[in-house]
Amino acid sequence: MILKKTRRSLMIVMTKDTMQIVREQDVVPFRNRVRELSTKIGMSLVNQTKLITAASELVRNMLKYANGGKVMLETVSKNAQSGIRLIFMDQGPGITNVQQAMQDGFSTGKSLGLGLPGAKRLVNEFDINSIPGEGTTVTIIHWKHGR
Amino acid sequence: MNKIAQLLQNNKKQILESWMQNQLADASLRDDLISNEELRRQSDELISGLARATSSGNMDNIYTPEYEPVVEILSDISITRARQGFSPRETGMYVLSLKQAISTVLEEKYSEQPEVLYKELITTHKLLDNLSMVTFDTFIKGREEVILRQTDEINEISTPVIRVWEGILALPIIGTLDSARTQIVMENLLEEIVNTGSSIAILDISGVPAVDSLVAQHLIKTVSATRLMGAECIISGIRAEIAQTIVHLGIDLSNIKTKASLASALQLAFSMRSVEVRKINKNTGFSLTR
Repeated sequence: MILKKTRRSLMIVMTKDTMQIVREQDVVPFRNRVRELSTKIGMSLVNQTKLITAASELVRNMLKYANGGKVMLETVSKNAQSGIRLIFMDQGPGITNVQQAMQDGFSTGKSLGLGLPGAKRLVNEFDINSIPGEGTTVTIIHWKHGR
Repeated sequence: MNKIAQLLQNNKKQILESWMQNQLADASLRDDLISNEELRRQSDELISGLARATSSGNMDNIYTPEYEPVVEILSDISITRARQGFSPRETGMYVLSLKQAISTVLEEKYSEQPEVLYKELITTHKLLDNLSMVTFDTFIKGREEVILRQTDEINEISTPVIRVWEGILALPIIGTLDSARTQIVMENLLEEIVNTGSSIAILDISGVPAVDSLVAQHLIKTVSATRLMGAECIISGIRAEIAQTIVHLGIDLSNIKTKASLASALQLAFSMRSVEVRKINKNTGFSLTR
């Protein structure tokens, strides 16, 4: 992906959709929805799998630590390239130390501790914003021809 | 005591008659499913329950102890009617037609006092609407129970352990691997290892749509448990895109034997058991050397 730092281009949101995630049973329909969207924009199978896996990690985190939340699914376009943007919003306890949470192998639950850092490696753009006591918002973007 | 409760107690017979008439006149009455006596008995029970509940003065909250018998009767009716083959609409209409009956009696009694009539009608309608919702709730709950039972059944039948060769088990996993499913997979597999005395188990994940860190963690746990039983585990069916994803996620599967296809996993299992499968001349017939 070529990032032009000199001229900021506008990102256009083509479609918008929201999904509520409250139970573990919501994970599979959500993943299918992401798959549907990424197939629609013609994403390759490898990129699809990467995006779905990252989305799956984040949605599981949301369920485990914040008892659910909502996800905004968007098809975006920038520099004539289309992609999928997913925004995960929860009102959970938040992450006190984001830097620590982004390290491989760190987990406050009994998991592998690869969810957040792994998801970051899987997608093109990753942004996390957490306020302890208020909630966490994670935004990921994966482009159609992402690496 | 409020007006409705009084009305229900004093004019019970009249209301019941009017209600029964409404029901019997209704074209959608399913007299093929329920007898008139049964219908009358149910209706009578419901009105008596309602009279007792309303005498407390509570007219809007049906989730209180005094309404418990009414809700119970309704749930009971809803369930038995669902079993008898009624649609939820028909059960809902049954309760709603009581509204008509009470309204008629109210109208007769308070025709001189429109203000009172209006107020009483509103409260009655509100109450009966709430109660008709109970029948829908129960109906849906019943359905959900069926779905839950089916989910359990699917989980159980979708994890077969296949004995592919002497000492070699295969376990094709199809669908998402969550904690509950892993538990079933692990139990079935370990049990079968003991039963058959197998030393190699092949876990095929071709049918698992996405492998995230939780699924990987479940797989690792299953492999560790198998090893504790003295058997070796091979994971097969790792597709190209899944392999790339696992690497990016940073999951370490290096000390687990993995293969791309079930065929190559089987081959590895054969070589581990010192079994050889090869082509032979037609005239000598099929043979397998150990």
